[in-house]
Amino acid sequence: MSELNKLSLKEAISGIKEKKFSPKELFSDTIFRIKEVEGKLSSFITVNEGVEPAFVPPTAGLRRGEGRQDKHPLYGIPMAVKDVLSTKGIRTTASSKILEDYVPVYDATVVSRLKEAGAIIIGKTNCDAFAFGASTENSGYGSTKNPWDQNRVPGGSSGGSAAAVAADECIFSLGTDTGGSIRQPASFCSVTGLKPTYGSCSRFGLLAMASSFDCPGPIGKSVEDCEIVFNLMKGRDEKDGTSVDLGKVGEKGKKRKGGKTTIGIPKEFFTDAVDPEVRKSVLDSADLLSNNGYEIIDVSLPNTEYAIAVYYILVPSEISSNMARYTEVRFGKDRSFFEDEVERRIMIGTYALSTGYFDQYYNKASKARALIQKDYLNVFEKADLILSPVSPTTAFKLNEKTQDPLQMYLADILTVSANLAGIPGLALPCGFSSSGLPIGMQILGPHFSEDILFETGKKYQQITNWHLKKPNI
Amino acid sequence: MKLTKEEIEHIAKLAYLDLPEEKKGLFKDQLTEILDFVEKLSSAKTENTLPLDSVVGIKNVFREDSVKPSLSQEEALKNSTSKHKGYFKVKAIFKK
Repeated sequence: MSELNKLSLKEAISGIKEKKFSPKELFSDTIFRIKEVEGKLSSFITVNEGVEPAFVPPTAGLRRGEGRQDKHPLYGIPMAVKDVLSTKGIRTTASSKILEDYVPVYDATVVSRLKEAGAIIIGKTNCDAFAFGASTENSGYGSTKNPWDQNRVPGGSSGGSAAAVAADECIFSLGTDTGGSIRQPASFCSVTGLKPTYGSCSRFGLLAMASSFDCPGPIGKSVEDCEIVFNLMKGRDEKDGTSVDLGKVGEKGKKRKGGKTTIGIPKEFFTDAVDPEVRKSVLDSADLLSNNGYEIIDVSLPNTEYAIAVYYILVPSEISSNMARYTEVRFGKDRSFFEDEVERRIMIGTYALSTGYFDQYYNKASKARALIQKDYLNVFEKADLILSPVSPTTAFKLNEKTQDPLQMYLADILTVSANLAGIPGLALPCGFSSSGLPIGMQILGPHFSEDILFETGKKYQQITNWHLKKPNI
Repeated sequence: MKLTKEEIEHIAKLAYLDLPEEKKGLFKDQLTEILDFVEKLSSAKTENTLPLDSVVGIKNVFREDSVKPSLSQEEALKNSTSKHKGYFKVKAIFKK
């Protein structure tokens, strides 16, 4: 057993290129691993075992002597795809029973771009139904378990995608982040994840949750791996009117003086509500960066206290509209198959948008959203980046918050404001608690500053080895 | 702000959801708690602020209105259980 599934994306790419192993060997090692641990983890809803790697990717365009990897940089790489992203010919349930039998007839743009690059879909990963949640417990197919402690949640909503990377059930995965759904599970499972700038990755083929928030993005074993995937999935797509090419719009942030990057520490993200061990790990990381050429300054995001309230008005409002398409006509079953949390959010949104309440809720929240974005833009006048914890706690126990929706919503407190502002965030491992649970930090930057996030994240992973630690499963 | 059972039934009707009795009671309490929490927003100083609609400031995205390859009729209907002679079949809205 060579365990090729343990490789990082960078290692797998060069291994195939140098013919150390074939895509087929990599694929079978990965399938073997899935069979070994799925009984304990349930990262996947559908495993695409029948795919024949030798025929994927399309090789028709290749001229003689031209390496497959020149045109297809991800040639033969097994990727796991969150089940809210449409995959042509592969069942896509959104982890909801209402779509139990739905087989899309087209690929999401981010999926087709990665397939074109040579990646192979090894399976569709579990998440909260329609990505509504922070633990994967709202899935209609049972919860995914955290690879570090199977009595705990992997986070969510992209819990299956994060657990699959942590347990080496794939080389990398795709998630989506509407309020922290890539960053928080990445943090709970000790892997790296990028929530891109809103609009930098197409939403076409993503089963919509909240259209002005949703962002597909990569989850991987290192910052370098996420960068490779992001660069292949990003960019304008005619099928998504809000998608843009990086660097064409938006502000670029402060010009860095003499090459020294400034990192702001927002006091509102380090309150007593944050677990002391989490706080310490992130502040230790700030010290480490400070000793390695970064300038650390204190900053403030005064409207942070409103973030959760704004988020849980606007997002359910958009949800109630997006969920109207599930009427048993074009696809899916009837609306009685919606999970409780789906119904709950449709109800909140419908109420907030109903006659007499629109100004009080939706309009007020849209204005407060502008205040939250302004806070960030003000900070980015002084600092290039912001550093904070991803989640106030480490992974919580299964069933700990399921009876109390509001407590579950509050778990998103440190992640939602980046989505309200539309800015990118990179989550990466930065330590472990005394009980051995992963701790994650996030680096936030101005719109379209992914390059600075990657540069800083790579630097951090050169001087630390948290991202190399693997769960014992 | 305490929601009544009648309000829950009204919202469910608007949302085209058919809720069982026990869920009406559960949602009444849970939604009340959530709406109480978001009340804190009333203290946000938004008097001089416009609503934020596009987070990266794009507006007016145009394209040529031209015919392009698309799904076949068969593909478009593939996941439907409600079709008739190559069309989606929907419930009548108007009475005869």
